[in-house]
This record gives sequence, structure tokens and C-alpha cells, in this order.
Amino acid sequence: MKTNGRVIKYHQKNIDTDLIIPARYLVNTEPNFLASHCMEDLDADFVKKVSDNNYSILVAGSNFGCGSSREQAPLALRACGIKIIIAPSFARIFFRNSINIGQQIVELRDINDINTGDLLEIDLKAGEMYNITSLHNYTIEKQPDFLQEIITEGGLIQYARKRLI
Amino acid sequence: MGLTITEKILREHCQNKNATAGDFILVNIDKCLANDITAPIAINVFEEVIGGKELNVFDHKKIILVPDHFTPNKDIASAIQSKILREFAAKHNIVNYFEVGRGGIEHCLIPEKDLVSPGDVFIGADSHTCTYGALGAFATGVGSTDLGVAMASGKCWLKIPESIKFIYSGKLGEWVSGKDLILYTIGKIGVDGASYKTMELTGEVLSNLSMANRFTICNMVIEAGAKNGIISPDKLTNSYLESNGFTLGKSYQSDNDAEYIDIIEINCDKIEPQVALPHSPANVKSITEVNDMNIEIDQVVIGSCTNGRIEDLRITAKILKNKKISPNLRCIILPGTQETYLKAIKEGLIEILVNAGAIVSTPTCGPCLGGHMGILGEGERAISTTNRNFKGRMGHISSEIYLASPAIAAFSAIKGYISSPQLN
Repeated sequence: MKTNGRVIKYHQKNIDTDLIIPARYLVNTEPNFLASHCMEDLDADFVKKVSDNNYSILVAGSNFGCGSSREQAPLALRACGIKIIIAPSFARIFFRNSINIGQQIVELRDINDINTGDLLEIDLKAGEMYNITSLHNYTIEKQPDFLQEIITEGGLIQYARKRLI
Repeated sequence: MGLTITEKILREHCQNKNATAGDFILVNIDKCLANDITAPIAINVFEEVIGGKELNVFDHKKIILVPDHFTPNKDIASAIQSKILREFAAKHNIVNYFEVGRGGIEHCLIPEKDLVSPGDVFIGADSHTCTYGALGAFATGVGSTDLGVAMASGKCWLKIPESIKFIYSGKLGEWVSGKDLILYTIGKIGVDGASYKTMELTGEVLSNLSMANRFTICNMVIEAGAKNGIISPDKLTNSYLESNGFTLGKSYQSDNDAEYIDIIEINCDKIEPQVALPHSPANVKSITEVNDMNIEIDQVVIGSCTNGRIEDLRITAKILKNKKISPNLRCIILPGTQETYLKAIKEGLIEILVNAGAIVSTPTCGPCLGGHMGILGEGERAISTTNRNFKGRMGHISSEIYLASPAIAAFSAIKGYISSPQLN
């Protein structure tokens, strides 16, 4: 299955969960509330940019999502309209939280050729990605089978209902 | 090929008796934990997982709920969150629910209540759950969905991590603590230096280090991206457990021929007290360098799951005794638990702190994550014994956090700028 989307990019490394959703907003778990403050300490216009330009792919530097275990971080990004996150590496709790809620994430070593506004076509099953704007082709690593099963079920809740209860 | 302590513990807790580093497993957990920020989502997940079936939690004695982040509740929204925990605990007879006034900061509280033992698998919906590796348990932070599923099934998926062995040799200087060792280590390997890995901590320096210092070290392995930190149980672990009447658990040791992806030797003879400068726990300098920078501060915070134990309050009081906090700043001290608070009162520490001009708060995570009880204003600067100095973490986006040990924080509170007793 192919997914198309436009990119919003922040090249810096170590974008932590306090930047993705500051703790002062963790008094409310409503995804739309969290979304309205997503990334605001990194870029006050993030939410507006994503919504005005229909961005659905976030590209960021390595160790994305480091810091706290707050699942509110991937939940806020998803509620903003981000469907896929691409980074050279992810912090481990952010990584597992994303898998668990069914948020697609892609580990891509070199993000230098991708820019804000680029249109990407991604086929996660085939492990292929095409930058329609720059005409670059990429091979992306598929998730291990175990994680693919959780993703295929639509997240850990569905996986658990079927297999663990 | 032999196995590491982490591989042994995880293998014992899953069906695959040949599992080694790199394998995905479904692990049977001994305990799981959530707080007032992570539990509300986990409880929703639990309800979704059981999906209307009248199922109970997998084991009402193995779930721990601690409202500690925005408590005593700072506003109506946070009170609503805490209420969700309280009602869930009552409904499912969660015996290890710790109400405000009878608990404290989760990672200080749980060892104190004998809720984690050597050889356990412990997951917590809080990144600093890795603290309990100090006891030789496998302990790691997870998310709310993991926790909700664990509350229903007693299981969690994990990839068995590869291990990096750290060997600390030599002798520690007078004012050098566990906090300085872990800051030094993070400074050396970086904030993703141990990503997805186990940090197995060994060596003669650790053998002689108190449990409080060991908890501090394991608490911060997440700041290097690690899945867990672990110290094999030794004589000191056992005497700590025995003297407190705690469960001895099951003591695992790594085999001599266990496989490590890296071995890092650190000689501690010349390590000075360390300070992590804004905005990264890996942005570490020695206190001599920082002292020379003459960094004036507005606020001092001593406490948190990293440094909120009685030993931390003792060293703070030792430094502040018969001294006055600099008139240009405020010093906020947060005992980690009610038990620690009471000990500090009985030992006369609180009187020393109050006489010095510090404020002693109820146990709470509070300022560490910019929650309440000491938020920084625009451009303000704090030295703090907490674990993260990310941009805006303690308040305004332009504020700054310097991480250090209680000794350095307390001494800086007197001086008004970041300094150390060893330099004065």
C-alpha cells in the first residue's frame, strides 16, 4: 500500500518529548487539545504550518523523541495530522509508543536530500520510498516481523485483544 | 557463549528458553507502575483491551499507581487526572495505590516499600523506571499503551537488549558522588550513546558505592538512551535488603564469557564533580571549569527521583548547616517520600534547611518537569539535582537548567553562583 504526503522537516537531532508536547499540557489527555500545542516550544507555528499546507510527513534529526515516556508525544503528532515520522533514529520509548498506537515510523539514515514541502510516496510493505519533488529513490528498512504483526493488527490494543487475553 | 545478567533475567521471564540479545519476546512481568500523567491513558487502554468483558486486572497486587507528578493537585485538570487513578484503584482493589500523604515520588517510594527485588522484571510508564536496575532487577520505562495491556495481561513485548559493560576503577574524590559518575558517563557517550542497549555497571568503585548512589546512577541511564541499567547484586545489595527487612529476590550474575558489544573503562581517580550545562544532560563540564564561568543562579532545586533520598538530604544539610542561602536566589528542597521526610525531621535536617532559608516542599516531581512548585520565569537560571535540562523543561522556554549533585547544588545555593566546596 502506497502513501503520499508532503514533508515538514526539522533537521536538528535529539528533539525531545518536552519539545513535542511540554509537560504543562499533560493535565489533559484529549488528543485534539494535545495537538493544539504540539511542537510549540520548537516552532510556535508548527500546528498552523501542518494544517495550512496539509503536511502529513514529519522528517527530523536522529534520536527523535528522547526523554520522557509520555505517549502524549506520538498521540499529539498523530492528532495534528502527521501520518508518518521519518528520522535516522528514534529514542526507544518513543519508538515503542509509536508502534503500539499504530503510528508509522521510518528509520532513514540520510535525510539530507529531503526538504520541507517535498512530496513523498512511501510503500512501507515493499520498503520503498520515492521523492516525487526531487526524483530521489530510497530503500527503507522494514520493521522486524514481530513488530510488523502489531502494526498489521492496527496497534497493540488490537494485538492484545486477539492474542494476549 | 555465556549470558549477561539482563539476558538471564529476561529468559527466565519468557517462554523462549533460548532467547538472547536481539530476540523479540513476550515477557511475564513481576510488577508494573504508572503515575498521574501516564495512568489515565493506560486505564483507557485497559478498558479497550478487555472490551466490555467483565475481566479484572491480571493481578491486583502487582499493579502500582502513584500520583506524584502534579500532586498535591495543582489545578482542576490535574485533580481530574488523579481522580481517574483513585477510582480505578478502588474498583480493582489495587493495594499498591499510594495516596498523597502516604507515598511520594514513585522511584524513591517503590524500593522503600519493598515492591521491587533482585531478578524481577519491572515495567513502568515513566522513563525513570530504570532506577531499579540498582537492585539487579530488569527495570525499564514503557508507554501508557504498554502499561494498559500489561494491566490486563501481565505481559509486555520487548527486544532483549545487547549490553555495554562499564567498568569504574580507581577511587572517588571527597565530593564526588554517583550523580557525578553518571553525568561524566553520559558526557562521554552522549544522549544516544546507549540507545536500545543495557548499561551494565561494574567495577571496584561501584562495589563501594551506597545503594542511594546506585539508584541515582541507574536512574539516569535513560539520559544516554539506554533500555536499562543494571548492577549485579553484591554484598552491599544484600546487606541493604537484609537490614531493611526487604525481599532478597533472585540474584543473577553475568557469565565470564558473556557477550558485550562494547566495554568502556572509566578511571575515577581524577573525576571532579560534574555539571551538565543547558540544554543537554550530555553537555557536561567539570566543576572547576564551571566555577570559572561564574554562572549566577536564580533557583536551586534539590530532590527528585534522581536525588531525593535521605542521603541526599543529609549532605545538603551538612553543607547548609549554620549558613544562609544567598539573598539573590530561592532554594527548594523536596524530600522523595513521606518516610524520607519523617527521617529528615527526626534527624534535625529540616530545621537546618529552614534556618538556612530554604523551603522544604511536600514530596512531588513538581519542578523537575515544569509541573509546579518552582517554575522558572523568562531568562531565569537554576541549578538542579534532577535528571533533565532540556530547553524549557522547568518553565519558560528561555530559562536554563544546570544539572549537578546535591553537594554542588547546596554549596551553590550559599554562593549564589555554581561552585563547589572543594574549590573554596
